[in-house]
Amino acid sequence: MGRFSKAHSSKTDMSKIVKLKKGFDINLVGKAKQELADFAPAQTFAIKPTDFIGLQRPKVLVNEGDTVKAGTPVLIDKALDQVIYAAPVSGKIVEIKRGDRRKLLEISILADATIVHEQLGAVNIASLDRDALAAKLAASGVWPNIIQRPYGIVANPADTPKSIFISAFDTHPLAPDYAFALQGQEKYLQAGIEALAKLTSGKVHLNVDGSKATPSVFAELKGAQVNKFSGPHPAGNVGVQIHHLDPINKGEIAWTITPYGVAQIGKLILEGVYDASKVIAVTGSELTKAAYVKTYMGASVSTFVKGNLNSGHVRVISGNVLTGEKISLEGFLGFYHNQITVIPEGDYYEFMGWAKPTTRLSYHRALGLLSFLTPNKEFVMDSNGRGEERAFVQTGVFESVTPMDILPVYLLKAIMAEDFDEIEELGIYEIVEEDLALCEFVDVSKHPVQELVRKGIELIQYS
Amino acid sequence: MKFLRDLLDKQKPLFEKGGKLESLYYAFEAGETFMFSPKHTTGIKGAQVKDAIDLKRMMITVVIAMIPCLLFGMYNTGHQHLLATGGTAGLWENFGEKLGIGAMLVLPLVLVAYTAGGIVEAVFAIVRKHPINEGFLVTGMLIPLVVPATTPLWQVALATVFAVVIAKEVFGGTGMNVLNVAMTARAFLYFAYPAQISGDQVWTYLGDKMPVDGFSGATALSVVYNAGVEGTQSAVEALAAHNTVLGSGLYEFANLFMGWIPGSIGETSTLMALIGAAILIATGVASWKIIFSGFAGAYIMGFVMNLFAVNEYMALPPQYHWVMGGLAFGIVFMATDPVSAAQTETGKWIYGLLIGFLTVIIRVTNPAYPEGIMLAVLFMNVFAPLIDYYVVKANKTRRLQRATV
Repeated sequence: MGRFSKAHSSKTDMSKIVKLKKGFDINLVGKAKQELADFAPAQTFAIKPTDFIGLQRPKVLVNEGDTVKAGTPVLIDKALDQVIYAAPVSGKIVEIKRGDRRKLLEISILADATIVHEQLGAVNIASLDRDALAAKLAASGVWPNIIQRPYGIVANPADTPKSIFISAFDTHPLAPDYAFALQGQEKYLQAGIEALAKLTSGKVHLNVDGSKATPSVFAELKGAQVNKFSGPHPAGNVGVQIHHLDPINKGEIAWTITPYGVAQIGKLILEGVYDASKVIAVTGSELTKAAYVKTYMGASVSTFVKGNLNSGHVRVISGNVLTGEKISLEGFLGFYHNQITVIPEGDYYEFMGWAKPTTRLSYHRALGLLSFLTPNKEFVMDSNGRGEERAFVQTGVFESVTPMDILPVYLLKAIMAEDFDEIEELGIYEIVEEDLALCEFVDVSKHPVQELVRKGIELIQYS
Repeated sequence: MKFLRDLLDKQKPLFEKGGKLESLYYAFEAGETFMFSPKHTTGIKGAQVKDAIDLKRMMITVVIAMIPCLLFGMYNTGHQHLLATGGTAGLWENFGEKLGIGAMLVLPLVLVAYTAGGIVEAVFAIVRKHPINEGFLVTGMLIPLVVPATTPLWQVALATVFAVVIAKEVFGGTGMNVLNVAMTARAFLYFAYPAQISGDQVWTYLGDKMPVDGFSGATALSVVYNAGVEGTQSAVEALAAHNTVLGSGLYEFANLFMGWIPGSIGETSTLMALIGAAILIATGVASWKIIFSGFAGAYIMGFVMNLFAVNEYMALPPQYHWVMGGLAFGIVFMATDPVSAAQTETGKWIYGLLIGFLTVIIRVTNPAYPEGIMLAVLFMNVFAPLIDYYVVKANKTRRLQRATV
């Protein structure tokens, strides 16, 4: 437990209860109503190699015009070729889109009306040894759900992680409520946890929201150590949780996976199919109807958004407003994203914008920033950059939104200076972009914090 | 405001890459972003929304926090003038006249500091191709507040230029400076032109008038120091007996706290500095840890001096250190400069505490410098990176030990 983390933890029956104080909740307008919306189903689906950080030498296994089933391998990384990336739906490969210098951008599939799955065969976990199980998962399409820490890259099946961590709640702005999105998936989650338990030499940690009763979908799961985390965002970030449970030191490997991924693995185990269906949250202030929708990974978002907008000039984000990615109205949901967020685009000038009193959301209370008076209000936030990049000036703010014993400013400065020893010693192994995303949000000097974090990771990873 | 925007849009290509006035881009940018917050949006990846704060807003908050000190300082300048020349008796008599005299003396200093510093900032921004930093809004206001109202304008201009160039720009500009810029300006004046910023004659503006008989321009710090040297009466008695010709109790605790005393323009009133502190702490712009530990450090050291008192200065009740001289102003506005202060949270406690310690040590034991806060802040500015170094090292060590356990 870090001296500066202001966290209190206690051990009860092996499981830990961690109360975090640092952080900040961004309350936005446009929370998804807990119902499945009847949006027209998405027609096209895409695998975007750029979603998979660390995918070094992508090789496409299909050609335009080929037909595929859900679970057919469409892509591999030549650097880690035992892991396949599978088609989320059955249908026809309509486009293999490349960008500058033939960089592979998207493989899009026009889906069949009824999805046909590759029959991969159900798995009897007990009958397989660890390596055989890992190989089975790697060859089935579910594997890229497993992320390796450090670096936040797709895990290598040949590694044995010291622990596997699952965060069972998401504290990002407008994030989906897993209890709703995953209802009915209990048996798949259970099978998934059993499979994961076999892959690690240590424990599987299931980290639930300690501020409320554990939802029934997670309450009965066995085979994992259940830990309770409470506090403002980023309490739900798996990286923060790892820091308080079993921090990653140099040379160690841990894996993380979301409950969506666990359920996918479970479905493969029990039913022998790669089922990329998922219930995602369609959120944001610019939508007439914000609700959940059942679709498949990589879905084109246009049918959920078009005709559902209450304003014209919007930004569509795959993921949430802190860590997501801007996509077009016809863009595709990212592999790791479980929500889309639609906010107003903020490309406007504002006369004396820096001096006017404003009720816009701010973590700060400097002159004229009034949002601290209304802590429970839901805010509409647009994509305006809110000022220009400046030298690091204010101190202490990053630390106050980072519930880890990490000094973000020093780490970021070390990355800027490309000081390898410092980067390593200051804790780069413990974080990925999302763990410092709030720093990017609150930064007075408007630095691209997440970009810097990735730069730092790559400096160490490829050194 | 449409026409303004149109005007800027029309001129903008001139300053952008390939334009005729490309080299002046950052000067243009400073003006443009001052009038209009920019329209650029967040990137494709990463945070898609940003906090409503920006550096301009943060810096202007500090300037606002200094305004009570500025206004009080202006009025007090006029008040001290009339008091010393026998023109007034009551605090609120001749209100307009006092404010007028103060404004006449103080506003030119502010204007000169902003102009001189602003020109240097702009030149460096253009030559070094970096944005003009809003930090100067604060520095330009701090410098006039820490000099006596009698300081010649050219000295303020020179000190400002010196400080901005030597204390900031040579280190790479805002965010890179080791020393607090405004404190460096004051130190420059102190060592280059001591006649205008030390002694007994500079703190009260007399103009062409003669002071009343028996007037002494000595500050509380030098009164106490002399009491320590002479040892005939206690420091508190010496303070009470000082300048009774101007009315009794000029240097009594309450009056020192209020700040109706001669001194540098902005620093006489502890009350106004505390109002500033309240603004800075409430808005979260300055570190309450530095402010609190700074005051605590001064008190503790004052108390320790009491325990080992061998002269009357050492025996001075520690709370007097809070209200004499520029300690309050220095701790609230100078020590908290986030760039030159310690940057780690633990470091801030140590840094503030040591500033308090050092100020009192310099005041009491050093015959050359009656006021300690200036040198204490500069000294700790230099040591702040060292404090941080050990705090950061402790963080690294915890990480390393965890790995080997």
